[in-house]
Amino acid sequence: MAKSTKEKAAAEPAVSTDELIAHYRDMLLIRRFEEKAGQMYGMGLIGGFCHLYIGQEAVVVGVQAALGQGDRVITSYRDHGHMLACGMDARGVMAELTGRIGGYSKGKGGSMHMFSREKEFYGGHGIVGAQVPLGTGLAFAQRYMKTDRVTACYFGDGSANQGQVYESFNMAELWKLPVIYIIENNQYAMGTAVRRSSSITELHRRGESFGIHGRPVDGMDVLAVRAAAEEAVAWCRAGKGPTILEMKTYRYRGHSMSDPQKYRSKDEVNKMRAEQDPIDKMKKRLLDGGLCDEARLKEIDREVKAIVTDAAEFAQDSPEPDAAELWTDILK
Amino acid sequence: MPIEILMPALSPTMTEGKLAKWNVKKGDAISAGMVLAEIETDKATMEVEAVDEGVLGEILVPAGTENVAVNTPIALLLEEGEDASAARSPKPGRTAGAAPPAAARPQGAAPAPAAPAAGAPAESEVPPGTAMRTMTVREALRDAMAEEMRRDPSVFLMGEEVAEYQGAYKVSQGLLDEFGASRVIDTPITEQGFAGLGVGAAFGGLRPIVEFMTMNFAMQAIDQIINSAAKTLYMSGGQMGCPIVFRGPNGAAARVAAQHSQCYASWYAHCPGLKVVAPYSAADAKGLLKAAIRDPNPVIFLENEILYGRSFEVPEIDDFVLPIGKARIARPGRDVTIVAFSIMVGHALAAAEELAKEGIEAEVIDLRSLRPLDLDTIVASVQRTNRLVSVEEGWPACGIGSEIAALMMEHAFDHLDAPVLRVTGKDVPMPYAANLEKLALPQVADVVAAAKTVCYRA
Repeated sequence: MAKSTKEKAAAEPAVSTDELIAHYRDMLLIRRFEEKAGQMYGMGLIGGFCHLYIGQEAVVVGVQAALGQGDRVITSYRDHGHMLACGMDARGVMAELTGRIGGYSKGKGGSMHMFSREKEFYGGHGIVGAQVPLGTGLAFAQRYMKTDRVTACYFGDGSANQGQVYESFNMAELWKLPVIYIIENNQYAMGTAVRRSSSITELHRRGESFGIHGRPVDGMDVLAVRAAAEEAVAWCRAGKGPTILEMKTYRYRGHSMSDPQKYRSKDEVNKMRAEQDPIDKMKKRLLDGGLCDEARLKEIDREVKAIVTDAAEFAQDSPEPDAAELWTDILK
Repeated sequence: MPIEILMPALSPTMTEGKLAKWNVKKGDAISAGMVLAEIETDKATMEVEAVDEGVLGEILVPAGTENVAVNTPIALLLEEGEDASAARSPKPGRTAGAAPPAAARPQGAAPAPAAPAAGAPAESEVPPGTAMRTMTVREALRDAMAEEMRRDPSVFLMGEEVAEYQGAYKVSQGLLDEFGASRVIDTPITEQGFAGLGVGAAFGGLRPIVEFMTMNFAMQAIDQIINSAAKTLYMSGGQMGCPIVFRGPNGAAARVAAQHSQCYASWYAHCPGLKVVAPYSAADAKGLLKAAIRDPNPVIFLENEILYGRSFEVPEIDDFVLPIGKARIARPGRDVTIVAFSIMVGHALAAAEELAKEGIEAEVIDLRSLRPLDLDTIVASVQRTNRLVSVEEGWPACGIGSEIAALMMEHAFDHLDAPVLRVTGKDVPMPYAANLEKLALPQVADVVAAAKTVCYRA
């Protein structure tokens, strides 16, 4: 591994106990939401493709902690966690999964296509890699408008082999656009391991030929993610152009709901869960450090469960879109 | 015998140019590769290099001469031992420079119609007494962009060679000077990337004009155009919207073969979430491009390289904006309706002239907009003429003509006295050979024949 790209933790930011607890809560909300979505899919309430984020929660929660008002987020189709992290309403997300009028896209987008201008979340894109030029364009607009805001543009290890990613890298560095490319390397593009698809498996080095600095980050540790993201945001805000963060992460569930997972062993998944789980690690940190007690964490669990239960009920009670909705929103 | 140096064609579509400057004079020794002269077209200034060695015997066309036709002898080159007196019986020479001779230009069959009348804006769109100015389609497009960029700071132009080169076809001439490099942006050759970047910028609050050097290259970017630009408004339940213009020359140019000669009209017109515009005249090019830039939706703006240099009357109105979705009756008539768009409107008008000599009065409809299609205007015309011919450069299968024929079945069946006929490009990749290319493209005679067939006069 090249010296400059050594996996090193950024100086851990001063994080208050309240913030640590908030990170725990935000990760737990995503975990419980996704578990519920998985159950509802099994019950036939959610259709089509449904890509769960379970295992990767530390990535979006850590990055979001580094972003501020006016910063933008865009990602692929494994997007529920990103939306919750952006502060989008669990009800609206779940109701979109069930294809109801109360969903963020009035039931017309589904799991992979949701947006919130208010929360600066620009989707939710179903074509692998297509969000990378789009995110680069969001950053282009931020610079064109002479703001110091940045765009967090997420993509996976699968997308990392799409040509348009490199077309984007080139223009972003050429024009010094404020975009943070966050590669969520969960080690499998659908069923293909990174080592079977990528000539260079250190994906943070994929920007080198464009002059873009990249670094690997422990994506199972929310504080490591946050520290790296804070540095990246500062870099972009200072007008230094794009940067790449490769989040080493892992998804516990299949690529989508219909994935038999023949490409990896149960032992591998169980070992990762047992040793690396970002939520368990945060829980241990809070308890071992005496930063909060079991009772407080139980209270958070209850609160999160209530939000998810309410969202699930809303998503089932919300009516299907009116037939007239078929013909709306085609043109402005 | 002396060699004639001929006026070269500097591009596939050039027919004439200005001999701007001679770099050599009579009596100069010439070696192959020497720069002999400079030639200006409306697109570019180019140097003419010597192909042969010898001594310059005579300059036949003086510097400063305008409108010198391609292949005109411009000078005589004396071979070793010859003197200028030999210049009187020159042998047919080689064209200077490396460009192909333009004699093969396939559009020769369609003389440019009397432009001002046929290309004039509809009366309802221009108040009576409006002053008109003659300008090329190229200038009209440039003016439309410049006016909109002055009006709205969120409008910017990006594409290959749009800035410092002044446009591969000189459509963006002068825009870099006026608006600067932050708003007139040269991109790398990276169609999918910059199309997607443009869509993202539109999501992010800007109004991009994305120029494709030709629409052929937009195939690299078509995923971003359809999946990202056209569908996101719907997929977001109306939240997002994508105010962007994708523009560039579409269809066949001349002698550039299959990969560079394709009409994409029906490809884009197929897709909900897009608007598709394909103007013929300079006035429509200006008014519709301004409308496209202001439109809150993605607009595909199909231009035509051969039309860029054609001149039309454009109204001198401060803010001349035309509605997207309205066809224009380019020539009224009662016997048969001919619908066409882009360069084929010229063919349709030329055919109408021919038909008039035989007592058939054709009504020519310039569709201008392909999505939305102005069905009302077509149906109203067919109700009068009871006959319809559609003309397009694209392939026949699932084409614009196919769509119009189907619409007539649904909306005008009882008014038809003959089956709708389609005149289209042939169902083959575009060949390079001049004769084959001509066969592949619709010709005026094809339109005349189709019109006579539906009038039962064949």
